Amino acid sequence: MAPQKTILLADDDPDYLFQLSFYLQKAGFRVLPAGSQKEAEKILEAEKPDLAIFDLMMENEDSGFILSHKMKKKYPEVPVIIATSVAAETGIPFGLENEDDRKWIKADCYLEKGIRPEQLLNEINKLLG
Amino acid sequence: MDRLKILVVDDEPGIRSGIVRILRNYRVSYPFMDEDFEFDLLEASTGEEAIQLIDAHKPDIILLDNKLPGIQGIDVLEYIKEKNYDMVVAMITSYASLDVAIKATGFGAHDFIPKPFTPQELKSSIDNITKQLFLKRITRGLKEEGKKIRYQFLSVLSHELKTPLNAIEGYLRMMQERQLGNDMAAYDPMIDRALSRIQGMRNLIMDLLDFTKIRFEKRQEHIRVVNVGELTRNAIQAFQPYAIQKGIEFTVSCNDPVLMEADPSDLEIVLNNLISNAVKYNIDNGKVTITISDTDKEVKIEVADTGIGMTTEEIEKVFREFTRIKNEKTKNIPGSGLGLAIVKKITELYNGSIEVESEPEKGSIFRIILPKKQKSVS
Repeated sequence: MAPQKTILLADDDPDYLFQLSFYLQKAGFRVLPAGSQKEAEKILEAEKPDLAIFDLMMENEDSGFILSHKMKKKYPEVPVIIATSVAAETGIPFGLENEDDRKWIKADCYLEKGIRPEQLLNEINKLLG
Repeated sequence: MDRLKILVVDDEPGIRSGIVRILRNYRVSYPFMDEDFEFDLLEASTGEEAIQLIDAHKPDIILLDNKLPGIQGIDVLEYIKEKNYDMVVAMITSYASLDVAIKATGFGAHDFIPKPFTPQELKSSIDNITKQLFLKRITRGLKEEGKKIRYQFLSVLSHELKTPLNAIEGYLRMMQERQLGNDMAAYDPMIDRALSRIQGMRNLIMDLLDFTKIRFEKRQEHIRVVNVGELTRNAIQAFQPYAIQKGIEFTVSCNDPVLMEADPSDLEIVLNNLISNAVKYNIDNGKVTITISDTDKEVKIEVADTGIGMTTEEIEKVFREFTRIKNEKTKNIPGSGLGLAIVKKITELYNGSIEVESEPEKGSIFRIILPKKQKSVS
């Protein structure tokens, strides 16, 4: 059996954190939940996850970007998923399709919140290769 | 009087001078436009010359012949499009072939003026173009100012509404899929959470109604002399059950009666928000002290709590719409992020001012000063 993979999950919505942790654990992952950008930063000091999922807006409007920037600096190879419900309403194209965006938004995948857990697991498995 | 620049591009001098003669003293006015429009005319006999004049003078309207000696009208059109100039182009052409028309429209031509045209035909084309230009610029103005703000507001609002919906939907799905087995009791915490998110949405919608209400204007007919002390005591009454739960003690000091002119429901919104914050963000067994004082001209309302307080950085953000101070201490306190934005809006509506003093772990003081007399509707 493959060793258990660890996912760092940061979201300031306690319900989203609970639900997602539940599904990830059920899918066999070890989950490090963080309720804020600060908590996530603390966890990153002590642990190296295999993948991270960051909510975009926590204490700061761009907490997710800050976190992924910091994490990529420390662990460039660990994939990051940024999850938010902002994109659809604002129309801000957060896509990571072109090289330029990928350079400054240090995330590997950008997901709308509210997607089905199976979809998210698909993306996670793709990134974990 | 507004002036628009028209560039006439035609290789036939007769056509150019004819157009100039017709439009030189022409004036366009519409009831919905504040001002009439008159025209300054520029002429070019070739496409190359036209491009020079376009760069130098940035005309508003271009009447463009397609068939020119050097580069064609279509090329000029393409140039304008490439440069992203804000110009309305009407093609004047006797060869109004479908092919040219399609191509020209694709490059942003707005109108076609077939040659030969009567002065009346030309004028009505210019009428349309002017109107179009006017509306376009007005719209852009709106977009840059109010519209942008409204758009931002709506996008944040839909975010704020969507987040709890996602949470509630998530719990319902977990129940539907029997993720915790068939024992209903296992789902109780989820049901509680879902209900609490629904309550949060309800509060947001209520705040939103307050917010849109005051966005319009003070309702002059509702303004009367109100007793601030009495309104305050009524507001406190409404929060008593919650305050008792938290062991919060209220103290009101007021030199009764303090009277001022206001729409009582506006003042209630202000007091409710300040008092509910003072309770919500207080520590257990904390204190809320409300001090109401007045001078001849002004009323001062001070609401002080012994709660979690704020840093200087947080104070800066606190009046912004949908902004909630997010930290460990506020994590489990529900709120729409609109309350203080509403308070500020109302205070401004009454030509008053609001300020806040705060220290983390010590508490916050919100201080509102309102003039006693309200000017009639401006």
